[in-house]
Amino acid sequence: MSKQSSAGERLINGIIKENPTFVLTLGMCPTLAVTTSAMNGLGMGLTTMVVLALSNMIISALRNVIPDKVRIPAFIVIIASFVTVMQLLLQGFLPSLYDSLGIYIPLIVVNCIILGRAEAYASKNPVIPSLFDGIGMGLGFSLALTCIGAVREILGAGEVFGFRIMPDSYVPFSIFVMAPGAFFVLATLTAIQNKIKINGEKKGKDMSRIQSGCSEDCFSCGKAGCCEHKFYDTDEKEGK
Amino acid sequence: MSGLMKVSSNPHIRAKSSTAKIMLTVVIALLPTTGFGIYNFGIRAAMIIAISVATTVLTEFLYEKICKKKVTVGDFSAVVTGLLLALNLPVSVPWWIPVVGGIFAILVVKMLFGGLGQNFMNPALAARCFLLISFTSIMTNFDCDAYTGATPLASLKAGEGVNAMDMILGRTAGTIGETSMIAIVIGACILILAGIIDLKVPGSYIVSFAVFVSLFAYLNGINVNGAYLSAQLAGGGLMLGAFFMATDYVTRPVTKKGQYVYGIFLGFLTAIFRIFGASAEGVSYAIIIGNLLVPLIEKYTMPKAFGKGGERS
Repeated sequence: MSKQSSAGERLINGIIKENPTFVLTLGMCPTLAVTTSAMNGLGMGLTTMVVLALSNMIISALRNVIPDKVRIPAFIVIIASFVTVMQLLLQGFLPSLYDSLGIYIPLIVVNCIILGRAEAYASKNPVIPSLFDGIGMGLGFSLALTCIGAVREILGAGEVFGFRIMPDSYVPFSIFVMAPGAFFVLATLTAIQNKIKINGEKKGKDMSRIQSGCSEDCFSCGKAGCCEHKFYDTDEKEGK
Repeated sequence: MSGLMKVSSNPHIRAKSSTAKIMLTVVIALLPTTGFGIYNFGIRAAMIIAISVATTVLTEFLYEKICKKKVTVGDFSAVVTGLLLALNLPVSVPWWIPVVGGIFAILVVKMLFGGLGQNFMNPALAARCFLLISFTSIMTNFDCDAYTGATPLASLKAGEGVNAMDMILGRTAGTIGETSMIAIVIGACILILAGIIDLKVPGSYIVSFAVFVSLFAYLNGINVNGAYLSAQLAGGGLMLGAFFMATDYVTRPVTKKGQYVYGIFLGFLTAIFRIFGASAEGVSYAIIIGNLLVPLIEKYTMPKAFGKGGERS
């Protein structure tokens, strides 16, 4: 693999290998809070994706200009600018989605996926791979949120994207559109994903790159001290 | 003879009691309550109980078969869970309610956390709360052939008078197993005489509930008298919860002091929920919140080992 990862590789990485929700378990606040329906999950995911891709691109372009000591405030300013733009666009063109996402749109600023990718990837890689890293991560996030939203909507309301799919006699489990349901669904989907991964390992495929909880991206895993990796060593490993 | 002589892990005390025997005693102690529930609410109650018990036992069996674990259905703990769950349901629920509740109790609350002895809250109560949140209108519909209208506690909350004698005997609306105070107390006596439970948790729970409910009701401008207090004590799930669910070995504190703290805390929570809460009931939520605090209670009430602590060093 070349030092500069290809665009396609970044996309696959974001969607599958380092899926921000199921593998890195990042950005749990919007994941648990707004996925009451598939539409909300998709809207939140795509909004985050746009912010993530654009901020990754700008941060990557400015990576040699931003002084190291004040990089976090600088990243936050860039991210916050894009979030404000997205917020105004949503308010103008998709008011119903804007209303249902509510406070979670401005909170994208503090979504740790965005700052995590800025810190771990965009601040030391060229513009184009950073852009695709943002899109890949954003798609992975959207996919995860839509899945969680769809499962919760099916069980909690008998619908997907507002279309009734369960028979009329189905009595919805309203707990699934409430907070506890988010935890149940997230845990179950993560368990299924881990099961597939472990089965893959048993069949001898090289799945070592897909790690759960504590991925290579140590900045994000919250247990940085527990593993052997140093902080931010994603690129060195990928370069080999 | 050669080789290593292995010693099994402690404790090495030999006693006749085993998990199966304890659980079987609990089932026997629940029989008066179950029998009264069927007598009071009719054959449909028996059906709900049968479905619930069958679901919990089958779920445990299938989970252990599928995951290739040791099958522990023989210890009767799943039967107790299923029975307690059914006793906490209104008789009018459709057949799938005990099925959903039984699967949730065993699969999510018990098995996924490691099976018997590892569950962090009482499976039957967790399932009841799961059902109560999911299907509020079904779970609070106490209309049936025998009774229509509100439960005594709901009437009491609405400021109407209730017949405390009916409540003690159990001739009222409510869930299958909670109505008869007498049947529950008979079962509790069996457990106490058999040495399965003692009065530390239920006693401190009921006494602290009586104190706090009088205090809160007084603060809320309700005229507290003997009839009100006895109706509060006999009504709802208090007796069933205090004797059969708060005393669950797995989810109550192991320390002696901790059990008193736990009982008093449950009484306090139940009184708050009943007087200030939106619903007239509060026992289920109080006990599962209490369950969650058990590790903390144990941490602060752990007895000091001989030679440790004290004034002099």
